[in-house]
Amino acid sequence: MIFEYEVSGDDYSLAGRASSDIKKKLKQLGIPSPVIKKTAISMYEAEINMVIHADGGKIVVTLNPEQIKIVLEDTGPGIPDLDQAMQEGYTTACEAARELGFGAGMGLMNIQRNSDSLHIDTVIGQGTTVTILLYMNG
Amino acid sequence: MPVKYFHSVTLDEALCKGCTVCIKGCPTEAIRVQKGRAWITAERCIDCGECIRTCPSGAKKAISDPLSMLDDFDFKIAIPAPTLYGQFPVTLSCNKILTALKSMGFDDVFEVAVAAEILSRETRDYLKQQNSDNPLISSSCPVVVRLVETRFPSLIDQLVPMISPMELSARIVKDKYKDRTDRVGVFFISPCAAKVTDVKTPRGIVKSSVDGVIGIKDIFKELSHAVNHVENEENLNRARAIGISWARTDGEGSAVHSENHISVDGIDHVIDVLENLENGHIKNVDFVEMMSCPGGCVGGPLTVENPYIARNIITSRERSHQAPMEHDSSGEGYNTIDMIGLQWTEEIESCATHLLDPDYKKAMEMMEEMEIIRQGLPGLDCGSCGAPSCKALAEDIVRGKTTETDCVFMLREKIRELTREMIELESRLPPGLDR
Ligand code: SF4
Ligand code: SF4
Repeated sequence: MIFEYEVSGDDYSLAGRASSDIKKKLKQLGIPSPVIKKTAISMYEAEINMVIHADGGKIVVTLNPEQIKIVLEDTGPGIPDLDQAMQEGYTTACEAARELGFGAGMGLMNIQRNSDSLHIDTVIGQGTTVTILLYMNG
Repeated sequence: MPVKYFHSVTLDEALCKGCTVCIKGCPTEAIRVQKGRAWITAERCIDCGECIRTCPSGAKKAISDPLSMLDDFDFKIAIPAPTLYGQFPVTLSCNKILTALKSMGFDDVFEVAVAAEILSRETRDYLKQQNSDNPLISSSCPVVVRLVETRFPSLIDQLVPMISPMELSARIVKDKYKDRTDRVGVFFISPCAAKVTDVKTPRGIVKSSVDGVIGIKDIFKELSHAVNHVENEENLNRARAIGISWARTDGEGSAVHSENHISVDGIDHVIDVLENLENGHIKNVDFVEMMSCPGGCVGGPLTVENPYIARNIITSRERSHQAPMEHDSSGEGYNTIDMIGLQWTEEIESCATHLLDPDYKKAMEMMEEMEIIRQGLPGLDCGSCGAPSCKALAEDIVRGKTTETDCVFMLREKIRELTREMIELESRLPPGLDR
């Protein structure tokens, strides 16, 4: 089953809507709550990133009995140094975002910790695609 | 184990006009209007009392125990919530209020605020022992506990596993009078509908020590008279500022002396913060106080005074009760606390009330169907169908509870279709005449 979300890039107050909706759906499907929590944390973090760093984009969530696949695609600036971005505390968030408590880091580490697999494709000036996988029995 | 549902929040059918105001305000989408009246889904209701506040016809009520229940016991003790102090002007002392309450047929009174002080200290110690990154969530508001078990089960482990001040008070007085051979009854004087539910179907413990819950609003008139007629006020007030402060938002939060706590009140804000906790967005916080009612228990559905005024009275009383806790310094004897036990003995079980079907495959099919139905609905969330939103109606249809034509727009569409068919039929001639 596939769910698609358009994420707007200029309204921080709306950031997190897609994650909330997916969370609600996973609860309706009876997915074990530790899996829901991991999905919530990793997808939320990635969704916020998309708003702060990339002007929004598109999220596609695919559910099947074995796994949850979340693909976040943006046409933003791309991540110049992925290794550096994966480090704890690294941030390029603008002042406005930081004041809201977002962007203390890009949270990629956090996504990695809370997902079963994380894959990032990024091209400078063209955009980033983040793919997160979570296993239902994981 | 089958889950038992008891609810203090109920509907008075005779008063309900079926206006649908309540369906919109219900935070768990537990209410539907059908056949001209509201229906509450027992599994979803968390007794927050939101519908009691919003119903313009006063059709939503909280059932509490009547004062006449005192007749069933020989020795009766009132345990008033700290909120009671906010219902009377500061000029009336706490001692006067307690004396008046006692005169209404009780043999003793014990303030829940005293138990709140003890629990503040215990929670403080408990917090110090924790070294998890996840903030602890207060469990003193029963609505929050029910919300977590039904909608946020992934946060169950973060609840502080401790009994409520009401429960501790009842245990303290039952212990104090354990040698009596006659029937001892403990009555909670309550601002809260959910506490009635909590006594009948407790969480975290096997059985409540409270025998009855009496709503503040149900005794307020009689108590006001009694307060005005107190001649010799007894020295009954032991509670200090810390315990009294539990009546309002941030009372408990400050009392646990955590450096990084947040205090949340109002059910919508509580849900929002629980969502954020689940998303891992709340960091560097070690304790979250959560009160379902606006302003805390001073905003409880069984109170009479405006919550803002009540809150103001509570803070004034806190100022005049700053001296240290008497029972701490004088050792007046709550040293049996260790024996009474403050921790939960039962696990809180997750009971997901929004689950579509226990079988994942079936649930998935239902969800797909739901999506299709939802896309066909107008998306106006008008509530005319008796469900709070088009999404909720789609869910009801998939669950087989109702049909698409509950939607007035779909109904109109259906009528249009039928009319077209009829006109078409009308224009056809019998075969004999048709040439
Ligand atoms: S608000 Fe709800 S309970 Fe009150 S009259 Fe309207 S439909 Fe009935
Ligand atoms: S805030 Fe207080 S009165 Fe309101 S539901 Fe919670 S415990 Fe009851």
